[in-house]
Amino acid sequence: MMNTVKDNKQLSLVSLKEKVQEETKAIYAVEKFNLWYGENQALYGIDMSIPMNKVTAIIGPSGCGKSTFIKALNRMVELVPSVRMNGTVKYDGENIFSPKYKVEELRTNVGMVFQHPNPFPKSIYENVVYGPRTHGIKKKKILEEIAEKSLKEAALWDEVKDRLDENAFGLSGGQQQRLCIARCLAIEPDVILMDEPTSALDPVSTGKIEELVQNLKKRYSIVIITHNMQQAARISDKTAFFLNGQVVEHADTATLFSHPEDKRTEDYITGRFG
Amino acid sequence: MTVNIKRMINEKKANRRFLSILEKTVPAFFLLCASISVLTTIGITLTLLVETVTFFNRISIIEFLTGTEWWPFGENASYGILPLITGTLLITAIAMLVALPTGLASAIYLSEFAPGNVRKVVKPVLEVLAGIPTIVYGFFALTFVTPMLQLFIKDLPIFNALSPGIVVGIMIIPMIASLSEDAMSSVPDSMREGALALGSTRLEVALKVVVPAALSGIIASFLLGVSRAIGETMIVSVAAGSTPTLTTDVTQSIQTMTGYIVQVTLGDASYGSTTYYSIYAVGMTLFVFTLLMNLLAQYISGRFKEEY
Amino acid sequence: MNLVDKQLVQRRRKKRLFSNRIMRQIFFSASVFGIVVLAVLLYRIFREGLPYLDIDFLTSFASRFPEEAGIKAAITGSVWLMAVTAPVSVVLGVGTAIYLEEYAKENMFTRFIRMNISNLAGVPSVVFGLLGLTVFVRLMEMGRSIIAGGFTMSLLILPIIVVASQEAIRAIPNSQYEASYAMGATKWQTIRRVVLPAALPGILTGGILALSRAIGETAPLLMIGALSFIAYLPENIWSGFTVLPIQIFNWTARPQEEFHLVASTGIIILLFILLLMNSVAVLIRHKFSKRY
Ligand SMILES: Nc1ncnc2c1ncn2[C@@H]1O[C@H](COP(=O)(O)OP(=O)(O)O)[C@@H](O)[C@H]1O
Ligand SMILES: [Mg+2]
Repeated sequence: MMNTVKDNKQLSLVSLKEKVQEETKAIYAVEKFNLWYGENQALYGIDMSIPMNKVTAIIGPSGCGKSTFIKALNRMVELVPSVRMNGTVKYDGENIFSPKYKVEELRTNVGMVFQHPNPFPKSIYENVVYGPRTHGIKKKKILEEIAEKSLKEAALWDEVKDRLDENAFGLSGGQQQRLCIARCLAIEPDVILMDEPTSALDPVSTGKIEELVQNLKKRYSIVIITHNMQQAARISDKTAFFLNGQVVEHADTATLFSHPEDKRTEDYITGRFG
Repeated sequence: MTVNIKRMINEKKANRRFLSILEKTVPAFFLLCASISVLTTIGITLTLLVETVTFFNRISIIEFLTGTEWWPFGENASYGILPLITGTLLITAIAMLVALPTGLASAIYLSEFAPGNVRKVVKPVLEVLAGIPTIVYGFFALTFVTPMLQLFIKDLPIFNALSPGIVVGIMIIPMIASLSEDAMSSVPDSMREGALALGSTRLEVALKVVVPAALSGIIASFLLGVSRAIGETMIVSVAAGSTPTLTTDVTQSIQTMTGYIVQVTLGDASYGSTTYYSIYAVGMTLFVFTLLMNLLAQYISGRFKEEY
Repeated sequence: MNLVDKQLVQRRRKKRLFSNRIMRQIFFSASVFGIVVLAVLLYRIFREGLPYLDIDFLTSFASRFPEEAGIKAAITGSVWLMAVTAPVSVVLGVGTAIYLEEYAKENMFTRFIRMNISNLAGVPSVVFGLLGLTVFVRLMEMGRSIIAGGFTMSLLILPIIVVASQEAIRAIPNSQYEASYAMGATKWQTIRRVVLPAALPGILTGGILALSRAIGETAPLLMIGALSFIAYLPENIWSGFTVLPIQIFNWTARPQEEFHLVASTGIIILLFILLLMNSVAVLIRHKFSKRY
């Protein structure tokens, strides 16, 4: 049984790869990317392309550079003063680290959801419309429309529609995280980066967010870091395994979990370390 | 859905130019704000220096520093600052004799002994005491403390060094108490537990473990207290009198440097007179004294910051 | 053989526990000393001052006769002075704090500004008075006016506001900045729409406490020549003025006992204003204490 599956996979792999390349454009192309925090190198020669309108999961043990990597994708790493880097990260064909590239524009197109929900100490409504306001949309009617649309998209509308004026800190952790997703959706990004968005949440909230991610991938390209391999297997199309600042393996999720090419990937997914 | 957010955001890109100009001018404005504090220091230094130099063109610096008589009015004016300095130091010494033991004792009590509810009462009271305007303390010294002292000390004149000295001390207690307590509270519990486990009493822990460990913070609070006492103005203006006297007798009327400056600016020493310039020379001396104390306090609390 | 003489230890322990108890009492008394002083002070002031406290006192000008003396001019002057001091010191103080916390690079100049601010906090108020007298009153020819007094006071309380604002800004967690930057907000947008609102309670509390210091400050204003006897109300920021603490000083400095009673009444008003300001500060601090 196992063998036949393996053979079939092996056979179809080549054609599948071609198919993927035909079907989906890469939204990000990362080439020979190195990054240092001061003297410590955190990323080593990353080469990776991230497909459009798919969910890419990033797995790997703590401290292997997952967060650093996705923070490089929207240049949030630059908030750490000691960061140095070289190599290229192309978003939509343009190198985001080139001097004339507008970082605000990049971050408008690339949203981010963090490990710990980080709503502003303002009302639920004010949280959602933060982005549109920032980008100059001021009409109340439009803002309200955007708020409703984003909250619906984040599957939070029904829970909060009667208390949009209440402080966001009154929401539960899971609701706060979905609020942060709604806030991110309110400027209609193309890509959503998620850094362990469910690791601080209970199982029910986690389930809701996983479901949400499934729905969102129709319209957004999603990169999600997760500690939880079942989660990666459940929700992602592609998976990249990071170890010590390097990409060990990057493949279709099904392939990576059933037939890891690298011994280290296998050790990790079978729970031998990490 | 009718709204196309992406398109709207793109349409607003015209704003970006304005934003990027803001992004450059705003930090310049904040830098300007920050420069004001530097300008203030420069202003103080220049003001004091320039006018003091004018003063020293008329009165020799030697006479100023070594003269034992301060009588800046009339024909036989003499400008020896020593009486003002001893007056200031006398007040400071009395104040510290009151403030240091009391402040330190309350700090030890609050940090090592006090149950929560006592802290809840004492700390706000100390804050209130720290917030009372000095003119109120001055009034208190003149109308309450002096008459009280007169009950014990026969012939104590209305204006004397003792009463304002004590009141300046009271005013400084909260400062010493809270700064010392901060220093003691930052001593980790593990150090206390070690001593307690050996059977030490709370008192022994406080005096032999906590106070030595927090010593630099305590000394810094003491120095800052001294600096405050030297610079205190209204209490001494109201209650110490205005007779510069080279004395260590606390029952006599004296004058401090600050008291003198206020006295001159209150009366109308004509602009440009030697008396007028003398306040800058005195101000300079005062400034140097307090600056030294502050720098020393910073040095000690920075240099000997205990690493736990 | 016993190395430790048990009996000796016993006896010593008794002594040690005894001194522990005694010293504890002494330390306790020292802590209570402040409460006693405060109680005596308030008792004296209220006993002497309350009889004079009525509407006439609030609505009359100062007078040669204690029964007729009032503090209308002083209260108005203090309000005018605050109207200048509050905006100037808050804008400068918050601006400085934002510069130091958000924009300043770690270099010599920044370290110099930091050191400078902590030293300014320790400069005696008479020295600020000399600065105000020389620079604002004479050099800039503002005269003995509200604006000269307001500027002097602003500089005097600037360090307090800077430090309070810095602490308020530093208390904002990094995740708040990240949330804003990740939405494509610029630095200034982030400061204006995330940092300042979040720091506002701390800034307000610090600002109110700083202003309550300014409202009780006497010496620098005496020196720049705030008058102690005026029988008119200020018309604009160039007018001469007096303030509450100066009026109190003036009454205290008079030899007649009756004026001391009037001074007590003035002090009641001053303390009442301070109590009011501090209550507001405490309320703000309490309302916003638990966040993030
Ligand atoms: N702000 C920072 N400053 C210095 N080193 C950092 C910083 N953030 C992360 N690192 C280092 O970079 C490496 C990768 O960290 P990170 O990307 O957070 O890992 P992961 O998200 O996979 O757990 C770690 O060794 C970590 O210590
Ligand atoms: Mg991480």
